[in-house]
Amino acid sequence: MRVKLEVNGVTHEREVEPRTLLVYFLREELGLTGTNVGCDTTSCGACTVLMDGESVKSCTVLAAQADGRSITTIEGLAEGEELHPMQRAFREHHGLQCGYCTPGMVMAAVSLVTESPDLDETHVREGLEGNLCRCTGYHNIVAAVLDAARSSREGAW
Amino acid sequence: MSILGNRVLRKEDPKFLTTGGTYVDDLPLEGAAHVVYVRSPMAHARIRSIDTSEAVSAPGVVAVYTGDDVDLEPMPPGAPFANPAMVRPWLAKGVVRFVGDMVAAVVAETREQAVDASELVFVDYEPLAVVIDPEAAVDNETFVHEEAGTNVVFRIPEDFVSVGMAPPEAATEPPGLFEGCDVVVRQRIVNQRVAPCPLEVRAAASLWEGDHLTHWTTTQAPHAVRGSLAQTFGVGEEQVRAIAPDVGGGFGAKIGGYPEELLVPWIARRLDRPARWVETRSESMLSLGHGRAQIQHAELGGTRDGRLIAYKLGVIQDSGAYPGFGAFLPTMTQMMLTGVYDITKVFFTDISVATNTNPTVAYRGAGRPEATAAIERMVDIFAAEIGMDPAEVRRKNMVGNDRFPFTTPTGTTYDVGNYEATLDRVLEAAGYAELRAEQRRRRGAGGPKQLGIGLSSYVEITNGIPGSEFGSVEVLADGRARVRTGTSPHGQGHVTAWSQLVADQLGIAIEDVEVLHGDTDLVPRGVGTFGSKSLQSGGVAVFQAAEQVVDKARKLAADLLEANPNDIELDKTNRRFHVAGTPSASKTWVELAQASGDEGLSAEVDFAAPGPTFPFGSHLVVAEVDTETGGVVLERIVAVDDAGRLINPLIAEGQVHGGLAQGAAQALMEEMCYDDQGNPVTANLADYEFVSAAELPSFETYSMETPTPINPLGAKGIGESGTIGSTPAVQNAVCDALLALGVRHVDMPTSPIRVWRAIEAAKGKK
Ligand code: FES
Ligand code: FES
Repeated sequence: MRVKLEVNGVTHEREVEPRTLLVYFLREELGLTGTNVGCDTTSCGACTVLMDGESVKSCTVLAAQADGRSITTIEGLAEGEELHPMQRAFREHHGLQCGYCTPGMVMAAVSLVTESPDLDETHVREGLEGNLCRCTGYHNIVAAVLDAARSSREGAW
Repeated sequence: MSILGNRVLRKEDPKFLTTGGTYVDDLPLEGAAHVVYVRSPMAHARIRSIDTSEAVSAPGVVAVYTGDDVDLEPMPPGAPFANPAMVRPWLAKGVVRFVGDMVAAVVAETREQAVDASELVFVDYEPLAVVIDPEAAVDNETFVHEEAGTNVVFRIPEDFVSVGMAPPEAATEPPGLFEGCDVVVRQRIVNQRVAPCPLEVRAAASLWEGDHLTHWTTTQAPHAVRGSLAQTFGVGEEQVRAIAPDVGGGFGAKIGGYPEELLVPWIARRLDRPARWVETRSESMLSLGHGRAQIQHAELGGTRDGRLIAYKLGVIQDSGAYPGFGAFLPTMTQMMLTGVYDITKVFFTDISVATNTNPTVAYRGAGRPEATAAIERMVDIFAAEIGMDPAEVRRKNMVGNDRFPFTTPTGTTYDVGNYEATLDRVLEAAGYAELRAEQRRRRGAGGPKQLGIGLSSYVEITNGIPGSEFGSVEVLADGRARVRTGTSPHGQGHVTAWSQLVADQLGIAIEDVEVLHGDTDLVPRGVGTFGSKSLQSGGVAVFQAAEQVVDKARKLAADLLEANPNDIELDKTNRRFHVAGTPSASKTWVELAQASGDEGLSAEVDFAAPGPTFPFGSHLVVAEVDTETGGVVLERIVAVDDAGRLINPLIAEGQVHGGLAQGAAQALMEEMCYDDQGNPVTANLADYEFVSAAELPSFETYSMETPTPINPLGAKGIGESGTIGSTPAVQNAVCDALLALGVRHVDMPTSPIRVWRAIEAAKGKK
């Protein structure tokens, strides 16, 4: 079947098998390997991307379901050389180690803060429950998200 | 001013944050066939027949292989002294021994086709009796390896005495071990099996070009992989290039040697085309090595005034179906048996056994967390028994600062420590007296939400397996430096930390240092990254290589400036060498690199530390336990850790954080469970209780820096300490909350059901 979707601002039209998952479409069809796969039960969030601005687990969305939608992946977050405030906050707070969870974690965090810029620590922790990280113990991720939320409230986003 | 000890932001991060890392499964490999393994759904069965005919003719299928096709010697047991009959075939031959054991390899043009075809391989299994419970495995009449005639892999001390690794008198328990003790407490403790769960699962890709193999793999030790491949395929090491690109975490489970990975080049050679494999998470849960899996029988004796005298620990180590490093973990437990305490009389035994489960391997701490968990739990039980504050019992028995180097009764020599200071510091930081007051208040009020305060003081061994590590530094013609390191980082930030070490020595910018790692063609030798060894071995090698480069440059500058080398100074601010007192007579790194000619300006160092180092610390956990539901909320985790001198405190702290979370996860939630037929019941991330942000508090971490004399940086390892300290602190907090209800011990994970049952059982007793 044919799908047409916008990814990081570029429109792509492709023939896909109906069973193709969005994450494999992104990784294998478009070569956008920033989005990772960490599980097969929709549990880890490594595959999180934005669909029309909201976070989705791209391992649980068919490419066909993304037809006509707009997708943002980690590769599309920065404005040229200028990191998105969330990316910057992750770096400044050492919110990543092996980097495997990072693209999904950052995208989930962007969506979380966009939805509720006023969040507190508990809200961040609960909001990111579906994004697993084995390396950081979450401490610095939470600090980064709270910091980025602050900058968003100050209008920096 | 030195940049060592500064919180330098990581150089690695921009890539991960913008395009993501380049993991094995991200690499393009033109024309590669995809491999999927067919795995056994039975824990123990004879294979009557395997019908691959339908699979072979399925769309896109290139080949299907079974055990009889693989013309390689079976893999010997991965543990030294193991029963030699417990070998592992590459693909099952005649018998499967755990759920997940590999039965066939299906190779197809695409991953989807390989998955589809793997479902068309029909295996006729004849079920056999299973051995799942490690305690029952010892004397069981059913054998995981029929040929071995026993499930025992080895026994400590007996088998170690017989090979001369331990003196004859070590073979038996010393008479009167508990003589002089007023009180002896005993407890059976389960240090449960857990799944390491690096977020990236395993993957491998292989390309033969004639007799030359390039092999990409998710490993912590690419040079060891090169060695295994050369040996397996009968080629020279120079014909093998092993590459660990970005690796998404390892935690010990990716040290390597898995048949899944090593078979990929066999398939590629056989098909004469590149091949690749990536597992699913559900496969990974079945077959990436598991950690811990010890059953411990502990006895601790001492006086009523709190002096510990004698300690005995008997371990049963579950090694899984094919004994590997997991069987060997108890030797580390033995090394660290008495922890931070001066206990003079001890006895340690172990029986490592095979069972019909996934093999166990090293997992963050590897044998040391098990030692700490046992002694720290026992100290609390002992304290409760004599009615003394657990902090006080700890303080009374800690090895004093004037005793280092200190040799323990199991023969381990601790380099240097300041144990009591970490305890003081953690008690103060946590507000211990107030916490106890709040606990008393809640106990008095008798409400459902009780407070638990858990302590743990630990010492652990890092760089525990002696050997050298490689590091080199080369100044390039443009004045930048190139580092090659034998360590293989997969999240630990070596690129940044090694850049700091070199930038500091050479007086160049951190950005001007390039660090190469994880590729055996770019780095001639290496050991890899595990056992918290990297900074104190590989980091020191790089540091010393940088020193040597500075020396060489100084001599060259002296020649060029016609001065005595002793009069040449390196002005790090202006990045040039000049004659003392005459700044105008100078040479820059660029000038020197260019003047050095063919010889270049470089140095290689293989640094072998004279011994391991012993980081230490104290952790305190505050937990609220709902005595009606058994639910536990971790309110605070306060950690004081001393890993010697820190090069980058930001990175060190990150290591502590990750460790704290993994330790808390084991204590509170995570367990890899099999039912009594050997069916895994937590075999994906929906069923396995992988800890998330929602179950953890923010951490309160403090560092102390007592430099070790063992290496010139004064640094110890920090990769595993967090896990080692936090696991018993969390468990002790849960048990402490229940103490007044008459509960003496709750095994890990202290899940709501376990806690609730313990409370109910204690009620029954009253
Ligand atoms: S890969 Fe999508 S949730 Fe794990
Ligand atoms: S940084 Fe490794 S999983 Fe999150």
